[in-house]
Amino acid sequence: MSFLDVKDLKIHFPTDDGLVKSVDGLSFGVERGKTLGIVGESGSGKSVTSLGILGLHKGGRARLSGEIWLDGEELIGASTEHVRSLRGKKMAMIFQDPLSSMHPYYTVGQQIIEAYRIHNDVSKQVARKHAVDMLGRVGIPEPARRVDSYPHEFSGGMRQRAMIAMALSCDPELLIADEPTTALDVTVQAQILDLMRDLQREFNSALIIITHDLGVVAELSDDILVMYGGKCVEYGSAEDVFYRPEHPYTWGLLGSMPRLDREPTERLLPIKGSPPSLINVPPGCAFHPRCPYAERTGDKATTEVPALAETEGGHLVRCHMSREERRGLWENEIKPVLETQ
Amino acid sequence: MSENEPLLSVQNMEKHFPVTKGLFKRQVGAVKAVDGISFDVFKGETLGLVGESGCGKSTTGRLVTRLLEPTAGKIVFEGQDISHMGQGRLRPLRRDMQMIFQDPYSSLNPRHTVGAIVGAPYRIQGVKTENGVKKAVQDILELVGLNPEHYNRYPHEFSGGQRQRIGIARTLALKPKLIIADEPVSALDVSIQAQVVNLLEDLQKELDLTYVVIAHDLSVVRHISDRVAVMYLGKIVEVADRKSLYSVPMHPYTNALMSAVPVPDPKVRKDRDRIRLKGDVPSPLNPPPACRFHTRCWKAQDICKKVEPPLAQMAEGHQVACHFPENAPELPAAETAAKTG
Repeated sequence: MSFLDVKDLKIHFPTDDGLVKSVDGLSFGVERGKTLGIVGESGSGKSVTSLGILGLHKGGRARLSGEIWLDGEELIGASTEHVRSLRGKKMAMIFQDPLSSMHPYYTVGQQIIEAYRIHNDVSKQVARKHAVDMLGRVGIPEPARRVDSYPHEFSGGMRQRAMIAMALSCDPELLIADEPTTALDVTVQAQILDLMRDLQREFNSALIIITHDLGVVAELSDDILVMYGGKCVEYGSAEDVFYRPEHPYTWGLLGSMPRLDREPTERLLPIKGSPPSLINVPPGCAFHPRCPYAERTGDKATTEVPALAETEGGHLVRCHMSREERRGLWENEIKPVLETQ
Repeated sequence: MSENEPLLSVQNMEKHFPVTKGLFKRQVGAVKAVDGISFDVFKGETLGLVGESGCGKSTTGRLVTRLLEPTAGKIVFEGQDISHMGQGRLRPLRRDMQMIFQDPYSSLNPRHTVGAIVGAPYRIQGVKTENGVKKAVQDILELVGLNPEHYNRYPHEFSGGQRQRIGIARTLALKPKLIIADEPVSALDVSIQAQVVNLLEDLQKELDLTYVVIAHDLSVVRHISDRVAVMYLGKIVEVADRKSLYSVPMHPYTNALMSAVPVPDPKVRKDRDRIRLKGDVPSPLNPPPACRFHTRCWKAQDICKKVEPPLAQMAEGHQVACHFPENAPELPAAETAAKTG
């Protein structure tokens, strides 16, 4: 069993308009020292998954089922109290928007100290010293002075660093970063990605990075999980997903993206239509209304949900087309077009 | 193209926002959002404006459409100086100059139907249409890929990508000559971004439009632009046609920006030495003297702190404002300084 093992996780929200199946049968694992990238568009269920792992849906209206094993402990059945005691110490999260996820009324230092003292029986002075250390570790200049600053006195990049310091203050073994750099400029994004990579190496924690940016995923991930409509559609090593992708949605994402590392093309190759509503996920394969190859599998596309099947060495794909058909399409049709980009 | 008169010509344009203090609103400083920039836009081309947040790119867009009045300098549109024109005289010109906004959620009035939103320009400008406004609006909706029967729907009934199409339809209503697009795709999902980028390109061909595209995403800008201007703290630091800017960037800042963009290729990350910029962008309230980039530049020498480098022609159509440009053919010395941050 991996350090984090998620099995058939379902997170459903009953609403007046119907049942929203945000996450519908997701399974994955992450080892210590490894990074999993979760990619998907808005509404694919990637953030809901991360909140689910942290136990932040408890007490809400969400209906959870499945299993989440963290270091041999099951979390879905565990008490709220117990999950709370793990949060911060065993697992921590870096949120997308550091300004709205830090408390504006308290100094950055107070917020780190609070989290540290909940899990460690130390005096305020010791905790404060630790906070200064952490701020220094993540590259904030003059940490001894900045520890008394309020979040609004920090720039965007510094706030994100402070948030990382806070998340790492108790040496969590699992760190989840939900769009950690989306709100940042590219030069600052590069700094934060470098920092996260260095810190992960130092702490040997398991890292889950959730993003819509394939570039960010490629920078950090060992494994990649592509989500669509609450389900995993492709899972594999970074090399599998970038060099041998087999799901039409992954092809679509790769074709939609203008790339700086290749010669520019005349046109991008977008996916037609827009992501599905989670109340009304299309029957059969959720991607079929947007899939250019849906007709190849006939009625099956609209009536039967394809299984997530292994194609080779841990590379999983959820598609009705046969392995040979997908590989043929990738090698002969998709790859040549993408490579000329 | 470049033999003709430019459609839009900006000369030493400045916008300083006053910072006031006290009861009598004494001016104590100024935010130098745009601080003396010059560029030309020729008919039929796309000029991309890139830079990080706070560099003044959006202010530039608002100045050339005269939503703001410049504090100094000249804006010439089709041979007419519009820099200080009053609202009354500007109104007829607004037909020729339209804007696409970033956020398709806040830029459409939620209480108006699509028909009212896209038809508003006709009403405001008093333009007569051949077969009535409704027909004209439906034609435009069709042109941007929306269903003309959705004329009576409200913005909330559409997805983000469709809303952006509504915004584009509105700008096209009066057949403008120049369109300023301020981050037209940054609020959209990856697969939808590609659709909108393709749409903008198709419309340009079909309607002979001229674009100024303002964006922070270097890969989108490269895809869509013919020429690109890079801004830093209210100044243009480099302008060139797309090919030479991206293949032989000369300004250190441009180099740093490009090396910061994450590459969606897991193999590349391992053997890439990225230029790491130190710190954040300084405040435009108190920008560094002389070359504004010297505080973060790895090549900075004494002269950079004393003399402001002019935007000088370094190669055909390639202007750079730097004392020690990289890849410059004329300057053999001093350019191979170590690339360490």
